[in-house]
Amino acid sequence: MRRASWFNVTALTLGFAFLYLPMVLLVIYSFNSSKLVTVWAGFSTKWYGELLQNEAFLDAAVITLKVAVASSTLATILGTMAAYVLVRGGRFLGRTLFSGMIYAPLVMPEVITGLSLLLLFIGIGLDRGVLTIVLAHTTFSMCYVSVVVSSRLVSFDRSLEEAALDLGCSPFDAFRLVTLPIIAPAVISGWLLAFTLSLDDLVIASFTTGPSSTTLPIKIWSAVRLGVSPEINALSTIMIGIVTVGVISASLVSKRNAVKAQQDMQAAERGAT
Amino acid sequence: MSQKIFAPWDDPNEKPLIRFENVTKKFGDFTAIDDLTLNIYEKEFFALLGPSGCGKTTMMRMLAGFENPTSGKMELAGKNIAGTPPNKRAVNMMFQSYALFPHLSVWENIAFGLKRGSMDKRAIAARVEEMLKLTRLTKFAGRKPHQISGGQRQRVALARSLAKAPKLLLLDEPLGALDKKLRQDTQFELMDIQESTGTTFVIVTHDQEEAMTVASRVAVMDEGRIIQVATPDGIYEAPNSVYVADFIGDVNIIEGTAKPAGDGVYFLDWTENEPPFLATSDVPFSDGQKAHLAIRPEKISITTEKPDDAKNTVQGTVLDIAYLGNLSTYYVQLADGRIIKAQTANTRRLSRRSITWEDKVWVSWNATAGVLLEQ
Repeated sequence: MRRASWFNVTALTLGFAFLYLPMVLLVIYSFNSSKLVTVWAGFSTKWYGELLQNEAFLDAAVITLKVAVASSTLATILGTMAAYVLVRGGRFLGRTLFSGMIYAPLVMPEVITGLSLLLLFIGIGLDRGVLTIVLAHTTFSMCYVSVVVSSRLVSFDRSLEEAALDLGCSPFDAFRLVTLPIIAPAVISGWLLAFTLSLDDLVIASFTTGPSSTTLPIKIWSAVRLGVSPEINALSTIMIGIVTVGVISASLVSKRNAVKAQQDMQAAERGAT
Repeated sequence: MSQKIFAPWDDPNEKPLIRFENVTKKFGDFTAIDDLTLNIYEKEFFALLGPSGCGKTTMMRMLAGFENPTSGKMELAGKNIAGTPPNKRAVNMMFQSYALFPHLSVWENIAFGLKRGSMDKRAIAARVEEMLKLTRLTKFAGRKPHQISGGQRQRVALARSLAKAPKLLLLDEPLGALDKKLRQDTQFELMDIQESTGTTFVIVTHDQEEAMTVASRVAVMDEGRIIQVATPDGIYEAPNSVYVADFIGDVNIIEGTAKPAGDGVYFLDWTENEPPFLATSDVPFSDGQKAHLAIRPEKISITTEKPDDAKNTVQGTVLDIAYLGNLSTYYVQLADGRIIKAQTANTRRLSRRSITWEDKVWVSWNATAGVLLEQ
């Protein structure tokens, strides 16, 4: 192995410090017993306890989860369908326009997406609330799902679908029984991506939210404007924990699958008859 | 013991299982299949042979239903199937990549097609067991496709496509992914399975040896047309064109002008200072017509002395010797620079071989050894 030079070590340290120091501070101060955020007064978990008593935060958490589950599920269904049409549909009229329009929200400023959705909802007279946030989140997160799923579909062996048709499947059955199970990992990671995007979205949610549908990011944002409380630190620490566990377990699962597939392959070659 | 020869294509009363009538397939401006007419009979093992891009895969995909002909009629057992989707045809296909479903076990892969019908569970299980036994895969029923070897995967693909007992089984380069030794064994296995199930097989291949080994008839294709359809020995011994003669096996082509010399016998003037060659032909040639004599290297003898009994003899020098172990091919250069390939079986050990480089030799053959071709 190459020895690390002082330059590499410094760059790495600074880089990680830049990325993670704020979060580390936040986690540490969430265990501060003092009411003042910037003064350390000993270890305590009391803010976590208080958090559980705070109904406004709990309500916001429930709404956020509802919105995230509903919008990511909708976005996954629509995004997968769009990806399938783009990859499999061959050439059809307006294909280039369609693919451009699907990927446009990726680069569209959130403020503009939020504003235009707000105008739309006002225009069609839809009362702003959970439903409008779900629709808004579906709109901007489905393109992410579509990107993830279509990259999997491009490398998908077309003859698998043809084999299913050849063995008597209708086109829909071929998709349901063969294509979908095989691309499932990509669909699931698309769902997870949409879920996290919805979970931490502030801008679009604040444009499309209504009086009784405050999501957690909006709640935190408005609470922070009145001053950072240790309760918010605790809440943020919990969110960091959830995300970290999710990311680590997802990568562990995929790594284990890859290793297992390789072992199986080698065993098959050895036992070849 | 006399056995009835399997040759339904010679029987005018026999109804073909598959009929292509003036079928044309175009992809944009490109004509993949050009006005093709062909009959394939029940229980045949029919091989489509040709270089890549000759249209053989397109023909197979039309039979499977993945492509539809641009014009013409395509019949399966007397019914027009142009336009029938693949899931409504009694035709199954074994894919070149095998296309095994990676998320299903060997057992479930084989059962996949059966489950699409109205078959009850017990009948499906019985049929899958039968297929597993036929392809010697019983031990591997619970494994996933990536947990078995290439040869086993090939057998799973075969079992899966045969499970529904199709009228017609299509095989797209079925042995392409196997190494040579395994391929030879598998060829005979395929023939056994074809015979025991009585299914009509249509195989697409670019490997002429494979086509010759397995097929009852071979169709040689080029640029969307069928050049010749015949039994393997017919294709080899009586090719109808220089293209077919050249595509199948090794051949010497000697160009010249024909001169009739009696009933079905012709002289071929091929060079100025040598006597003409004598050849027989079923196809008539007029005096002075351009002709090609196609003759296989193994039909040519090579000797150090001039033979007395051969009709055609010519002298030359040994330019090169290709030693293949069982056979040796001698490249003999004639006085006019032309090279004739002569092949002999090495029935003696190498040390006792009498002909070597730079030797003056005689090559000779009979009037019936080659065929005269127009083009």
